Amino acid sequence: MVESSNPEPTARQDGSRYALSNLFRTSMLPRLALIGVVLLALAGAFAATAGWLSPQRLTPEKIVARFEEYNGVHPGFRRNHAKGVCVSGVFESSGEGAAISRASLFRPDASVPVFGRFALAGGNPFMADSPAAVRSLALNFALPDRELWRTGMNDIPVFPVKDAQGFYDFLAATRPDPKTGKPDPAKMEAFLKAHPEAPAALKLITGRQMAEGFADATYNSLNAFEFVDAHGTETPVRWSVMPVDPPKPDAAPEEGENYLFDALAGELESAPLRWRLVATVGEPGDSTSDPTIPWPDGRRKVTLGTLTLDRVEDEEHGPCRDVTFDPLILPDGIASSDDQILSARSAAYAVSFREREGETKEPSAVEIANPGSDAK
Amino acid sequence: MITETFPAISRVFHWLMAVLILAMLFIGIGMVASLTDYHWLVSIHKPLGILILILTAIRLINRQLNPPPPLPADLPAPIRAAAIGSHLLLYGLMFAVPLVGWAMLSAGAYPVSLFGAFVLPPIAPHDPTLYAALRTTHTVLALLFFAVILAHIGAALLHGLVFRDGVFHSMPRCTE
Repeated sequence: MVESSNPEPTARQDGSRYALSNLFRTSMLPRLALIGVVLLALAGAFAATAGWLSPQRLTPEKIVARFEEYNGVHPGFRRNHAKGVCVSGVFESSGEGAAISRASLFRPDASVPVFGRFALAGGNPFMADSPAAVRSLALNFALPDRELWRTGMNDIPVFPVKDAQGFYDFLAATRPDPKTGKPDPAKMEAFLKAHPEAPAALKLITGRQMAEGFADATYNSLNAFEFVDAHGTETPVRWSVMPVDPPKPDAAPEEGENYLFDALAGELESAPLRWRLVATVGEPGDSTSDPTIPWPDGRRKVTLGTLTLDRVEDEEHGPCRDVTFDPLILPDGIASSDDQILSARSAAYAVSFREREGETKEPSAVEIANPGSDAK
Repeated sequence: MITETFPAISRVFHWLMAVLILAMLFIGIGMVASLTDYHWLVSIHKPLGILILILTAIRLINRQLNPPPPLPADLPAPIRAAAIGSHLLLYGLMFAVPLVGWAMLSAGAYPVSLFGAFVLPPIAPHDPTLYAALRTTHTVLALLFFAVILAHIGAALLHGLVFRDGVFHSMPRCTE
């Protein structure tokens, strides 16, 4: 159409059609404008997809930036669960999980190397240990054929909110007021009103039975996942790591900024710590999308295997610092559920990882003397 | 003025990869700004990137077997240089962006999971500084790729609407 409506500018093969005088003829202006519109439309669609045209949108960067704003930037450290220590050991399957998940580490007699990280929730790597600090355990299972399973668990019964916006607002509502040292009650009230799932969840969290240390705590996945069996059938699960014969708490009074970590290191140096990895099987009606809602008592529990941790190292020397415990690094046989928090965690961890891996690393507040590694 | 067109197989590669690469760039820039959609977009991004890498290798072999038509004889030297240079850049980025992505995941100790239990081997050592550098490189190269594609589309339309030298019509529909 366009071709026939205008006469050929020149039939000659002397390159004159490429001259600027040809390009900017009046008759060419609508064509140039059309080209401009096409390119602008494509670039505009790209900018919109990137979120550049909607600065109010909540992004993973904003969540990480809020941690940095409230806790300060501590180069090289995780933006949350910043204070931690590396552990390693082995996972030995019971074989009981194989009926509901085809993941190779649940096969009978499977045994895979594991490393992990005990940490405290919070963005300050130099925070003092305290009885009420939320403890976390992150694990990396190295399956055959390069498959990995990473999971990050906490010693609280449920997550406080059900989506990323809720978490973003939760950070603001629980931030200590610089004047009083305590969160602003008015902000907390507004938060609870805006996120109706939060009050019940926070009640369960603050009312939990607190463990003495790291070794006697139970760590929960909080988010639901799907186990996938050999036929592709999905079973909703939440999992927990539960201590087996935890060491008796030290009768001595707690002291020192790192008393929780020091006690854990002492226990691990004297004897391995053992844990059971237990899947709780959800039934129809149990929420998989909302991590604030506990599943009813009495749900079937499947003991997937035993985790034995026998080595502790500080972050500088251990294997746990330069990986991200993205909860959606899953082997075949375990899949994400419809819980939005999982994808949001994955995205925010990636931002934190990207930032800290490019920064100069400082030693952790928790330093472990490792005679074992020096001797090698 | 040219009347020769690209071989049919080359046209199939061009339009198939045009769709895949544009989809890939939009998925990539969209996923890093997403929370709820991050995971499923990443799950597409990784295998699609490897598919593009494989297709690029086959396409380059095809280009040797079925060469493209020559540029118009009277195309001025600067435009000729821009045409050759931008195509070298396009091919280079088709290789570099997925390779840097694969190397970046390797350096960050991520499993390069494609589907099911299939995980590609690492192609770079686990190294935090290298991860950070490759992660930034991946983004910069992808943005450059999008810019070069815009220039490529703009140039194609200039050939078709303004120069009318047969270059635009040398890459017609997928099957013709």
